[in-house]
Amino acid sequence: MVTLNINQETHTLDVSDDTPLLWALRDVVGLTGTKFGCGIALCGACTVHVDGEPVRSCVTPVSAVSGRKIVTIEAIEQNSIGRRVQTAWRELDVVQCGYCQSGQIMAATSLLASKPQPTDEDIDAAMSGNICRCGTYGRIREAIKRAAVST
Amino acid sequence: MINMTAKLLASKPTRRHFLQGTGGLILGFTVPSFGAEEARNERPPESAVGQATRNVTNESAGLAPNAFIRIDRSGVVTLIVHKVEMGQGTFTSIPMLLAEELEIDLNNVKLEQAPADNSLYADPLLGGQVTGGSTSIRGAWKPLREAGATARVMLITAAARQWKVDPATCTASKGVVTHTATGRTAGYGQLVEAAARLPVPKQVELKPSSEFELIGKPIKRLDSPDKTNGRAQFGIDVRLPNMSVAAVALSPVPGGRLHSIDEQKALTIKGVRQVLRLDHAVAVLADHMAAARLGLSAVAPTWSDGPNATVTTQSIVASMAEASRKQGAIARNDGNAQSTIDKAAKKVEAVYEMPFLAHATMEPVNCTVDLRGDTCEIWVGTQVPALAQGVAAKITGLPLDKVRVHNHYIGGGFGRRLEVDFVALAVEFAKQAKGPVKFIYTREEDIQHDMYRPYYLDRIAAGLDANGTPVAWSHRITGSSIMARFAPAAVVNGIDSDAVEGAKDQPYKIPNVRVEYVRHEPPIATAFWRGVGATHNVFVVESFIDELAATAKSDPLEYRRALLRHSPRMLAVLNLAAEKAGWSQPLPKISSERLGRGIAVQFAFGSYMSQVSEVAVSSTGEVHVRRVVCAVDCGQVINPDTVVAQIESGIVFGLSAALWNEITVDKGRVQQSNFSDYRVMRMREAPRIEVHIIKSTDSPGGIGEPGTSAAAPSLTNAIFAATGARIRKLPVAATDLRA
Repeated sequence: MVTLNINQETHTLDVSDDTPLLWALRDVVGLTGTKFGCGIALCGACTVHVDGEPVRSCVTPVSAVSGRKIVTIEAIEQNSIGRRVQTAWRELDVVQCGYCQSGQIMAATSLLASKPQPTDEDIDAAMSGNICRCGTYGRIREAIKRAAVST
Repeated sequence: MINMTAKLLASKPTRRHFLQGTGGLILGFTVPSFGAEEARNERPPESAVGQATRNVTNESAGLAPNAFIRIDRSGVVTLIVHKVEMGQGTFTSIPMLLAEELEIDLNNVKLEQAPADNSLYADPLLGGQVTGGSTSIRGAWKPLREAGATARVMLITAAARQWKVDPATCTASKGVVTHTATGRTAGYGQLVEAAARLPVPKQVELKPSSEFELIGKPIKRLDSPDKTNGRAQFGIDVRLPNMSVAAVALSPVPGGRLHSIDEQKALTIKGVRQVLRLDHAVAVLADHMAAARLGLSAVAPTWSDGPNATVTTQSIVASMAEASRKQGAIARNDGNAQSTIDKAAKKVEAVYEMPFLAHATMEPVNCTVDLRGDTCEIWVGTQVPALAQGVAAKITGLPLDKVRVHNHYIGGGFGRRLEVDFVALAVEFAKQAKGPVKFIYTREEDIQHDMYRPYYLDRIAAGLDANGTPVAWSHRITGSSIMARFAPAAVVNGIDSDAVEGAKDQPYKIPNVRVEYVRHEPPIATAFWRGVGATHNVFVVESFIDELAATAKSDPLEYRRALLRHSPRMLAVLNLAAEKAGWSQPLPKISSERLGRGIAVQFAFGSYMSQVSEVAVSSTGEVHVRRVVCAVDCGQVINPDTVVAQIESGIVFGLSAALWNEITVDKGRVQQSNFSDYRVMRMREAPRIEVHIIKSTDSPGGIGEPGTSAAAPSLTNAIFAATGARIRKLPVAATDLRA
């Protein structure tokens, strides 16, 4: 049994300690907004926040995050920066297929939390771990800047 | 010409299950199949997919309804969308077409995914229920507007009769009919019952483009909110009561067989429910994917590799090169290319090669099946719902109407989800499963058991006159025929229309042109990939024309211009891209890197496009694409921002592949496995992209794929300008570009 604090709710899960957080979220808790992309922390589709930091949930065992605050895309609108990021994403029509965008939004929200006015280099550094096969990078960059301006 | 039928839905559903509702006006509209004269006129000239599928469609001649509108008594309009949304924006642009003529707020259109039905939801250009080939808007452009206009006319007529006034004195706007003189109004919902009893007008007048209120205006994507809050449902997100999640392993060598497994060991793992085996695959079903994957490791499958155990990329290419020396089927033969080349003042020859490519969609391949005795339900994101239904019916022995396909948002299609191999696998396994199962490929399975963009080997030659002008052109393509498997009727006289697309109709005015196709099938499965035939042939044609320009010591832009004088739309995009890129200006030098600019132009998918790329090549040979300027004429634009987005997307997709991607085979096994060795473009590597749209009121062209097909030659021509190295074999990474 593992107890997790996800989006300010407590969940007790009957999974082994080494279960990746990704599958606990998706298959056990039923929060499917966090996506599976590569399974080895190369694409960023599974990004969630743990105590405010971006974490690749596909390689994070549940035992490592028990007792810590986990936030997923489903609750990011409760964070004022996250809400601004979502708004910017919608205003600039960033999404295409949309599959990677949960991870992109989680990564962008973390970036703006630590660097409210990021430079292009900051954006490159923070976002280059998140792959988008639809190639929405230019719009992601602009949306991050817009979300930063709207502070 | 569309054929409309109207009926009133009583409380009892009178039509298929998906039309159940609260009652109201149902309009079924039919799209002419390809045999119809009107459709022929609508068909964009020289379109790849049009050509590719014309013959297929002729077999299913006649009119077939393919989409439905429902307006209920509360005025809500439901559009059952015959296309799937995989990022290309059609879940916004298709309802825009309807709303434009129906005079409703776009926000009042509810979308429903069409169920699997090839007769109801066939694409007029493709002849089947297919989302692909950049056809969605081309096919929907006229019928969707006609459907909206017809419904509007009926609603206005219904109101006018109630008010005993001339319909011509009434107008419709925002879902309300108004009698202008008296100001009387009635909402569509109040009118649907009366409207449904009216005869369907045989002809309706469509708005001229000058009166468009929605079409051509930037409209925010309707799927954006759900795709930014985690609520969008992709196939992989399906959850059903008592569902298992399954990890699968397929024979690493195509044609291989499962030899042994350790089932008991897997069953001892917490959460593992069942181990299923097929001849060529094994699946472990569990409470969740983590347990399934642990179970799969424990199963430790061993394989008998079978007849392909020694296949390598080198063996495939060697046999392809051998095949390419013989004459192929003749796709085009103007004048006498060979003898003219032999006599020409200058002869230029080259061999171009393009690798196998994986699709690597962000959403790995997956399929959920609930097979219970006499019904089969499938949850999947597919570009071909009817094919998915068909393969499941075949495997289960059930009639089609007992197989229900629930389509979903697709987390990247790019052609991968035109295939139903993974649906077939899931249904085969489901025959042994207890309860519903969601099968998910790991990224490794997804890349190693993809169906790949074919390897192509092209022999190309040209003869130049004393001025350097081409007088003859000969192009022989060797590669797999996807059409022969996917749509056999589209292969005529040995010519796969997809394999020669962009080559047979190369745009340059040259008096002697010969194009041949040699079909050569490798032992690994091949399939469509974004940009299809054009992605292959535009690269070869646009690279080689650049070679000819270099041979003639001519500017690549001027050289193309001189050969495109007959095509004003080609010239217009070429000139616009060059102008916006500052073609005549020197590149701003920023470092010791070698800089270059390359240009490419194409007509593909009914759209004209030119791209200019700027690259910087480092002394160690790393290529950085700094900027891509694109000019496009895709006819009437529906949603301009979607056009821009699709081009940005297509360019990044095409550049990733051109720079880095290849699938290679050793000992019959695909060697790549994940984003570590199948490198895709990331934020810091992405170029600045500028898109310039030429205004047009011509019928719309496709836009999902042209960006991809023009990307590689524009890039490699820029690399040539920067380094003098001509890239004749993709990916670029295979060439040593060190200074």
